[in-house]
Amino acid sequence: MQTVEQDGQVASFAAYPDDSGHFGSYGGTFVAETLIEPLAALAREYAAAKADPAFAAELARDLADYVGRPSPIYHAERLSAKVGGAQILLKREDLNHTGAHKINNTIGQAMLARRMGKTRIIAETGAGQHGVASATVAARLGLECVVYMGATDIERQAINVYRMKLLGATVVPVTSGSKTLKDALNEAMRDWVTNVRDTFYIIGTVAGPHPYPMLVRDFNAVVGREARAQMLARHGRLPDACVACVGGGSNAIGMFHAFLDDARVKLFGAEAAGHGIASGMHAASLAAGRPGVLHGNRTYVLCDDDGQITETHSVSAGLDYPGVGPEHAWLKDCGRAKYEGVTDDEALAAFHLLARTEGILAALESSHAVALGMKVARELPRDGLVLVNLSGRGDKDVHTIAKRDGITL
Amino acid sequence: MNRIDRRFAALRAASRTGLIPFVTAGDPDPDGTVAVMHALVAAGADLIELGVPFSDPMADGPVIQRASERALARGVGLRRVLAMVAKFRERDADTPVVLMGYLNPIEIMGRERFAADAQAAGVDGLLLVDLPPEEAEALREPLARHGVAQIFLVSPTTVASRVARIAAAAHGFVYYVSFAGITGADRLALDDVAARVAALKRATSVPVAVGFGVRDAQSAGALAVFADAVVIGSALVEALAASADAPAAAGRFLAPVRAAMDAARRGAGGAA
Repeated sequence: MQTVEQDGQVASFAAYPDDSGHFGSYGGTFVAETLIEPLAALAREYAAAKADPAFAAELARDLADYVGRPSPIYHAERLSAKVGGAQILLKREDLNHTGAHKINNTIGQAMLARRMGKTRIIAETGAGQHGVASATVAARLGLECVVYMGATDIERQAINVYRMKLLGATVVPVTSGSKTLKDALNEAMRDWVTNVRDTFYIIGTVAGPHPYPMLVRDFNAVVGREARAQMLARHGRLPDACVACVGGGSNAIGMFHAFLDDARVKLFGAEAAGHGIASGMHAASLAAGRPGVLHGNRTYVLCDDDGQITETHSVSAGLDYPGVGPEHAWLKDCGRAKYEGVTDDEALAAFHLLARTEGILAALESSHAVALGMKVARELPRDGLVLVNLSGRGDKDVHTIAKRDGITL
Repeated sequence: MNRIDRRFAALRAASRTGLIPFVTAGDPDPDGTVAVMHALVAAGADLIELGVPFSDPMADGPVIQRASERALARGVGLRRVLAMVAKFRERDADTPVVLMGYLNPIEIMGRERFAADAQAAGVDGLLLVDLPPEEAEALREPLARHGVAQIFLVSPTTVASRVARIAAAAHGFVYYVSFAGITGADRLALDDVAARVAALKRATSVPVAVGFGVRDAQSAGALAVFADAVVIGSALVEALAASADAPAAAGRFLAPVRAAMDAARRGAGGAA
């Protein structure tokens, strides 16, 4: 088992966070006093749920019957041949109900909400995938659902906004700050602090205050657990590398977690490099940011010398975030995972190549992972195995891509 | 004894309740903030809370969010806020100034450098909304060494064991958040607040200030009967933003608040 030296103690990578929610110096609980007790109550409820076999059984049943798990691993043979390196395997999270990995987490958190007797769900969303996944589980459990979404994102993700409305959710436009995901998160946090008695906040990524980074990771870790078993069953061995895109980092940590202690499996995260890191127009918090505190946790953030969080750019709304989950910050510093920037153009090229060689329209977020996966595969021999998390499907991005190609639909 | 302790000792001796106005530094006009601070003192402020603008003010309502955005748009960040305090100190050596804001600008400046620069500027206390005591250890030592009091919040959701811990470790004063919510909301339930503040005063040796939801002279007066100090923020920030002459507006806003608090305190027999 791979071990790490941390504060003089030797432990498994998979054993983090510690009891106070820290991954090394990252993570923690940097929130207003009013939220300390509700977060502690959530952590207690989650611990109780984890120890309850009925909770695990219901979650497993829902993941199978409602989400459609397990998601397959697909050998992208034509893409691999085109790249001319290792074999590229796709973990098909795009085939889940609602079209992305996000539902793995919202199902679990909604079950916690019900256990805690909460009647109202709130969520933040960027591209709208987490908002749709939250509205979906709220509809299914008969809970009220309010989704906060930046006014800029509402404009560029109109279809997902309407999907949420069809599911009975109220979408609240956020017009403060940069009017994107980070501001939606601020606004959801303000709602929660005000309505904490009856409201459950479903955070959509592995950021936020403890216990959210752990909670969201655990609910998404089914991706890596399944993939690990599928690799052993189908290919008789683990992959040489796992690749996933990283905005907040929930699909990446979901994929990585089961492999953290497999030292021979290399882990790669693809961050949004937008127009290129040097341009300043990107969302690569790990590659170009510095340790700071945002949205309740210590992590790498993109900010100026005065500590003000800076605006980000990515063609993909889901990666357009100036922070990143604290566990990724820690894995970067430990050297266990490597994080590389993928530009808008590289992601779009990967999107088109995957569409033409395999007949799969990937989400723009996931196209970043495909682009980095191709790069990693090129460096490996033909019998190498590169497992890419195809975290979501691209239907929601068709308008964005058409617009970039100068086509009006 | 620092300025905060001296000021509260003087208030106690005079049987008065402290008045703590909050303004966002740099709003509505960066060049006017120091004049606003002096005007607040002239109108009866005992201590000034100066908001440090931050891009992501998670605990603030729309009024202070917008004030923050306006100040940031005019280039006001932590360094300029410290310069404003230094300028204020040229003419006022006694009124305590507490900076209120969020952790990231301080982390990026560096804890040691911030503590040293804050002391040099004449800052007396620091209240970070997103830094509960459990995460505050790294900042404790530099602030203590530079004589800057680290002020913590207690809220209606704070459980008894934490109240005891916060109360025991408190410096300067404890800030009681009068309801679960964001700044500027209007949900004050006086009986609840009075009971919680009484319990808090029994648990700590430092004064208890009450804030959030104080809209006007009337609500400030009601709190003045049992609190050691009353914080009034969003309503004041709103008044400044709506005025062409912010220092004059500050005085006009605060004077009746001061009068209402003093009258309420006299009416309650002077010794709360």
